[in-house]
Amino acid sequence: MTGVDIALGLLAVAFGLGLVRAIRGPTVADRALAADLSFYGIVAAIALLALRTGYEEFLDVVLIATLLGFLATVALGALIGRRGL
Amino acid sequence: MTIAGGVLIALGVLLVLLAGIGLLRFPDVFTRANATTKATGLGVACILAGVAFVIGTTEATIKLSLAVLVQFATAPVAGHVIGRAAYRAGAPLWEGTHIDDLRGFHERPHEPEPG
Repeated sequence: MTGVDIALGLLAVAFGLGLVRAIRGPTVADRALAADLSFYGIVAAIALLALRTGYEEFLDVVLIATLLGFLATVALGALIGRRGL
Repeated sequence: MTIAGGVLIALGVLLVLLAGIGLLRFPDVFTRANATTKATGLGVACILAGVAFVIGTTEATIKLSLAVLVQFATAPVAGHVIGRAAYRAGAPLWEGTHIDDLRGFHERPHEPEPG
């Protein structure tokens, strides 16, 4: 049980909390925020997995995810603007 | 370097965890967006910087530095877009909201009463 394992566990807890908010709602904006937090929690977990396993190829995944990840949230924001909550 | 990386990773994970708790417990969309955007910006950037410190190779450091820069540039945009869209769509404000500077600037489907 190393520090990286503990960090991964805590990120999993944060992911679970985000999942609860995504299920409860009550608005689409809440769900979009929950998806945002869960997504970046997974990105951070991938970076920690690169550290844990020693495969630095995972860092490419992290770079691309940070480049493109926010587009999903922006698209959801545009959708809320067009269709309402 | 490993110790500095460990401290950064711990800080970032703590921020993300606190944002999860805030996302669950805060009363309206805007306070939740406040909690979440801190974690996706600073928290994730801290974790990535910590990983770069611990791995320590040039390649990993370059990649993760780029990721941190991009993260600082894009994460606030996402939070802002969601907050703005929610406000314009008429998301209810928390009853304890005292200051609403945008009040009257947007046509909201049902203007909520401030507490």
